Amino acid sequence: MEEFDQDRIGVRKTYKLFIGGAFPRSESGRSYQARNAQGGFLANVAKASRKDARDAVLAARAGHRSWSAATAYNRGQVLYRVAEVMEGRRAQFAADVAQAQGCTTAQADWIACAAIDRWVWYAGWSDKLAQVLGTANPVAGPYFNFSIPEPTGVVASVAPAHCSLLGLVSVIAPAIVSGNGCIVIASRTRPIPAVTLAEVLATSDLPAGVVNILTGDPAELMPPLASHGDVNALDLAGITDPGLATTLAREAAGTVKRVRPPQPDTDWRAVPPLAAIRDLLEIKTVWHPQGT
Amino acid sequence: MVDIAPAYGLFIDGAFVEPADLARFKTVNPATEEVLSEVCQAGPAEVAAAVAAARRAYDEVWSPMPGAERGKYVYRLARLLQERARELAVLESMDNGKPIRESRDVDLPLAAAHFFYHAGWADKLQYAGLGTNPRSLGVAAQVIPWNFPLLMLAWKVAPALATGNTVVLKPAETTPLTALAFAELCQQADLPPGVVNIITGDGRTGQLLVDSEGIDKVAFTGSTEVGKQIQRSLAGTGRRLTLELGGKAANIVFDDAPLDEAVEGIVNGIYFNQGHVCCAGSRLLVQESIAEDLLARLKRRLQTLRVGDPLDKNTDVGAINSAAQLSRIIALAESGDAEGAERWSAPCTLPDRGYWFPPTIFTSVTGAHRIAREEIFGPVLSVLTFRTPDEAIEKANNTPYGLSAGIWTEKGSRILWMASRLRAGVVWANTFNRFDPTSPFGGYGESGFGREGGIAGLSAYLQEGTH
Repeated sequence: MEEFDQDRIGVRKTYKLFIGGAFPRSESGRSYQARNAQGGFLANVAKASRKDARDAVLAARAGHRSWSAATAYNRGQVLYRVAEVMEGRRAQFAADVAQAQGCTTAQADWIACAAIDRWVWYAGWSDKLAQVLGTANPVAGPYFNFSIPEPTGVVASVAPAHCSLLGLVSVIAPAIVSGNGCIVIASRTRPIPAVTLAEVLATSDLPAGVVNILTGDPAELMPPLASHGDVNALDLAGITDPGLATTLAREAAGTVKRVRPPQPDTDWRAVPPLAAIRDLLEIKTVWHPQGT
Repeated sequence: MVDIAPAYGLFIDGAFVEPADLARFKTVNPATEEVLSEVCQAGPAEVAAAVAAARRAYDEVWSPMPGAERGKYVYRLARLLQERARELAVLESMDNGKPIRESRDVDLPLAAAHFFYHAGWADKLQYAGLGTNPRSLGVAAQVIPWNFPLLMLAWKVAPALATGNTVVLKPAETTPLTALAFAELCQQADLPPGVVNIITGDGRTGQLLVDSEGIDKVAFTGSTEVGKQIQRSLAGTGRRLTLELGGKAANIVFDDAPLDEAVEGIVNGIYFNQGHVCCAGSRLLVQESIAEDLLARLKRRLQTLRVGDPLDKNTDVGAINSAAQLSRIIALAESGDAEGAERWSAPCTLPDRGYWFPPTIFTSVTGAHRIAREEIFGPVLSVLTFRTPDEAIEKANNTPYGLSAGIWTEKGSRILWMASRLRAGVVWANTFNRFDPTSPFGGYGESGFGREGGIAGLSAYLQEGTH
C-alpha cells in the first residue's frame, strides 16, 4: 500500500462545548487559547458563556430525569462502557495529558490508565449504594420502615485545575453514578483532555445531558450556576480562589444547595472517599403500617 | 405537678449563672397569657463563655473519654427523662400550648427514646459506615424551634453527645423552660461541666452563637428564611452545617383509599400540634372522584375535635404558641380569602384569653395561591384535587420544599411508584406524622440538608475516618 506523503496536512479538531449530548460552540462565539505546559499554542477552545451554563442546566435536568429512572444495573453498565471506550483511546488521552500537564509519556499513560480504572471503580458502586447507605429501620411500632439513597438532582462542579483528566473523572463519576445530572467546568488552563472525554461520553450510551462539559472561566460560569434555582448541589473541588469559593457558597444559600468544598489538597490518585458520592445524595425514608 | 422558678439563669459550664446586668424577657403560657417565668437574653460575653466551656470540656473530658463511658452518661439522660416525664410533659404543655396528650404520649417518650437509641452508638461508631475511626467534630452550636422544644433538643443533643461532641444549645425564645429543666437533668446525671451548655435568648443570641469563632458545627431547625441566613453566614468558614427547615407537604388521597383511616391521617397530618409541624400535611391532594365525599367526612370529623385547655387530657387541639405566630396564621388565612379560596372552620368555642385559631380548611385552592405555596405553620389545610397519579406527583413536587409527603391508597404497587417519585425526605404511606429515633428525618431542596435519626443522622456529627 502506498504511504501517505510525510507532508500531508493534518485535519485539526475544533474544540467545542458538550451540552445535551451535542457539541455546540459557545453561543457567545467566544474562544480562548489552550496552551501546553511550556506555553506553546495547542488549540482554540470554546469559551462558554453564562447563557451556555444556563442551557447546560436545562440539559442536565432532562438528563437526570431519564438517568435516575434507569436501573442501577443499567447505570453501572453504562459507566463501565465509558471505561471500555476510553481504553480504546488510551493513547490519545495519554498524549492529551502529556501536552496539558507537561509530564512524561509514562506518567501520562499512568494517569490515563488510572482515569479508566476509576470509571470501573464507580461503575461497581451503582448497584451497591442502596445496600451500603440504605437501611431497614427498626421503629418502635407496627410499621415497615426503610431508608434509601436517591440522587439530589443537578450538580454543578468545577474540575480540579491541575489534574486535568483523573481529577475530572473523579468529579464527574461520583456525581452521576447515583443518577444525578451534572454540569462540569473543565480545568481552565488544561481543557483539552476534557473535550476528548466528552467525545467518549457521547458514544458510551450515556443519555444526553447527564454530563455536560463546559470550557471557560469558572469565575464567570459558576456564579449563575450557584444561584440557579434548578441546580441542587455544587462541587467546588477545583476552585482555587478562596474568595470565589466563599462567594459561591453564599450564593448557594439562596436555594439551600448542598455544597462540597474546594479540595486543594486532595491526591486524586488515591481511592476516593465514599463522601464523594454520599454528599450528592438525599436519604428518603418510607413508612408503612403492618397489619392483616 | 411542676415547679417553675420565677427566673432562670444561663446554664454554662455545669452551673446556672445569672449575670446581674443582663436583659431578661418573659415566657408566657400561650393558653392563658400568664407569665410563667423570666429568662436571660444571652449576649456576646455569655455566648463566648458557653462556647469556651464547651471547648474546654471537649478537649479535656468528653473527647478523650472512651465511647462506652460517654454512652453511659447518655443512657443516664434517657432514664432521667423517663423518670421525670410527667412533670416535663406538663411544663412543655404550659410553655408551648400543646395538648398534654401529645406532650405526654409523643414528645416525652420520643425524647427519651432518642437518648436511648443514640447512647448505644457511642461505643459502636466504627459501624456507622464512616470508616474504622470516625472522629467527632468538636463544639456543636444548636438552635432549635418552639414547636417541639424538648424533642428537638433531644434530636440535637443526643447524637452530638453520643458521637463525642460537646454542645451549646439555644432553645426558642418562646419555649425555653423544658431546655432549662433539661439542664437540671444534666446536673443530676453528673454530666461533666461544659459538655452541655444551654443559653436562652432571641434570634440575636442565635446569630451570635452560630457566628462564633470557636464552634465546629451548626445544627439548626427552624424557618427556611433563617436557615438560608445561617448557610450564607457560614459560607467559607469550613464549619459543618445541617439544616432542618420548612415544608409544605402534600398528603395525597386516592379513590381506593380506606377513607375513614385517611380522614384520621389528614387530621393527624395537619391538626397535630396545632399544625406547628414542619412536616405537616398542609396540602391535601385528593382524587377528584372522591373529593366531595372525603371533605364531608373530614368536616364531620373536625366538628368533634376539642379545642382548648392544653392541660385537659381530652383536648385535641391546643393554643397557638405565640401572638406573633397567631398573627402570621391570620394573615395567611386572609390571603386565602382574598385570593378566592373558600374558608371553612370547625365550629368551636375558643377561650377568651390566650392565642387560638380554629381547625380550618380551604377549598377551591389552586397551586398559585399563597396558602398552597407558603408554610402557614398553623391548623390550616389547603385542599387541591387531581385526576391521575402523574398529576398528583406533579402537584406534590411543585414546591421548593421537600420535607415530607403522605400517600393513601390500598394499592401497594402505586404506593411504591409514588414513593419513588415524591421529592421528599420522609414519605408516609397510609399513615402520617410518625417519628422514631431509628428513622432518618430531613428534607430535600429548601427543606434543608442532613438527616436526624438513624445511621444517616450520625454523619452530621462525625468526620469520616479511614476505611
